[in-house]
Amino acid sequence: MTWATVLSFIQGVASGAIRSGASIFYAALGEVIVQRAGIVNLGLEGCMLVGACAGFIVASRTGNPYVALLVAAVAGGAFNLVLGLLVITRRANQLASGLTLLFLAYGLTSILGADYVGKRINGLQQLSIPLLVDIPVVGPVLFQGDVLWFTMLPAAGCVWWLLYRTRWGLSLRTVGESRVVAYASGLSPRSLQYQALFIGGLLGGVGGAQLSLSYARVWIEQMTAGRGFIAVALVIFASWHPVRAIAGGLLFGGAIAFQLQLQARNASVSPFLLDMLPYVLTIAVLLIWGRNRQYQMPQGLSSVFEGTD
Amino acid sequence: MRFRWFSLLSSAGIVAALFLTPAQAQTATLVVGALHVGSVNDNGYNQAMHEGLLNMQANLPGIRVIEAEQVPESADSERVMENMVAQGAKLVFPQSFGYLDPALNVAQRHPDVIFEHPAGYKQAANLGTFWSDTTSFEYLMGQVAGRTTKTNKLGWIIGFPIPNILTSINAFQLGALSVNPKAVTQVIVDNTWVDPAKEAEAVNALADNGVDVVTMIVDSPSTVIQTAEARGIMSMGFHCLCAQNAAGDHWLTGVGFTWGPLFTRMAQQVMDGTWKSTNDVGNLASGYAALAPYGPLVSEDTRALVDTSKATLISGELQVFRGPIYDNSGRLRVPDGQIANFEELLNSTDWLVQGATGQIS
Repeated sequence: MTWATVLSFIQGVASGAIRSGASIFYAALGEVIVQRAGIVNLGLEGCMLVGACAGFIVASRTGNPYVALLVAAVAGGAFNLVLGLLVITRRANQLASGLTLLFLAYGLTSILGADYVGKRINGLQQLSIPLLVDIPVVGPVLFQGDVLWFTMLPAAGCVWWLLYRTRWGLSLRTVGESRVVAYASGLSPRSLQYQALFIGGLLGGVGGAQLSLSYARVWIEQMTAGRGFIAVALVIFASWHPVRAIAGGLLFGGAIAFQLQLQARNASVSPFLLDMLPYVLTIAVLLIWGRNRQYQMPQGLSSVFEGTD
Repeated sequence: MRFRWFSLLSSAGIVAALFLTPAQAQTATLVVGALHVGSVNDNGYNQAMHEGLLNMQANLPGIRVIEAEQVPESADSERVMENMVAQGAKLVFPQSFGYLDPALNVAQRHPDVIFEHPAGYKQAANLGTFWSDTTSFEYLMGQVAGRTTKTNKLGWIIGFPIPNILTSINAFQLGALSVNPKAVTQVIVDNTWVDPAKEAEAVNALADNGVDVVTMIVDSPSTVIQTAEARGIMSMGFHCLCAQNAAGDHWLTGVGFTWGPLFTRMAQQVMDGTWKSTNDVGNLASGYAALAPYGPLVSEDTRALVDTSKATLISGELQVFRGPIYDNSGRLRVPDGQIANFEELLNSTDWLVQGATGQIS
């Protein structure tokens, strides 16, 4: 194996990691906010599907992928508010409500999207930063992509700032740790949880739209193919921290790209084994970091998982 | 105008959508029902089936067609078929492999209704099966790819490495080799039928490695063809001639089912009372499938060569799987001068021919 082939392999995996990790990253980033507010949204997969479908429909109708992206985000946010209605206002079981909404999204997007299967759209354009993109090896990987690639880091930074450097973030995290304490200190847990769900939904919708508007540029039923669940797992992997969600998303996307690049080079490793790689990585990280989980997990979530609410 | 309704299906919580055409006022000469596992505008398998039905309807005015999309391959499909029978369907096409057993159950309950199932391996007195061999077409596609490639590297993206798909790839590679001894085919296994994002990444991985012609067997060809177009590499379609809709200038050709004439004949026989249960498997000459129109990159010489090959394949002078055929580990799979048993190939192939590589186990 020559140096050039090694280099092109690394380049292929790196740019593939970004392409296939971006949707999961946005969804996970949204879920960080939601879980920080004490809600587990197992319907995230549905939220992504709604974003992917709404975005594609609008792109197909208007021809403008940026308007489509906006609509996808709002659709994802609105979808999450339905979960809010169930689990905040009606105090329904979070896990069951999330899964139910997922199945609702399967059906809803299959119906609404039926006419758009097989349609062609203008996807999000590839942009590149002049000069920087010409840097050998690194340039094409880091300084070339669509708008969603360039906003990944700012989005994570923004969420970090919101959660850790604003009063709103402090209040939100308080709600996630203990609704009672938050209420006693004059906050409105319900309102804050609704806000968290809406923002989380915006990001989930963007994650879905990355698939339909940028990456695959098609709409097909259930095209998210489990990425929503991966995103939920990633939140734990990132131990509820927005910046670590980038690492998680890239690692996950990288594992997918890695196995496809290996296959394209006919490396003699079973693709079935390689397909397990992302999951094995997650389990490994959870095992290693598991000891600290109690410390990092928002206290409010323990009632969700342990059913003591 | 189409009328649509949906129902929340099955206690398992699966939500499926059905799209049914309305009952028309005038009495139809024949009511035909059809179940599809996906959407009928997927540029792929389901659309090919749907277009066959449309063609049948155009040929035999007065026929009413009831179609249901996205019907799961479960007991639900029995309910949908019963529903169609209740609406007066006398000919039902359960258009997906997994509907076979449910269709046999419904067929037993309704001996006066005729069923035609694609690729089925069991028949009943009122259930016939049909299919079309595509390997001759894939051989021709391989010739087009082998002659048009600049890098001599061809790529396939498949859902799962099952015997009939591996047979297709082998036919393709044999065709490519017949015109270009340097041609190699790399296979990528996606491990799912539907994951457009993964399909896109697979095309990228192949393109990164110098592959300049890709084709696929996954549910919908759209993503693979569009991504290939964006990467500036050539693509070929599968299942439906309409796959070309997703392509641009880098389209070469493809194979698509053309069921219209067969469905028309079946419906006519049902109306005449001459229908008989058979397993009707078409070949290159039957017209159940066709080579898709060529793209601009396919040269006149190549087109002429394909025409010649087609003629010799039809006459039987040329056989796709005539020995000696070696697999990619050098083992002799079809002895010199012998012609492989086709049934056996379709049911048990677990190897790739010389020049084709991929991790298929």
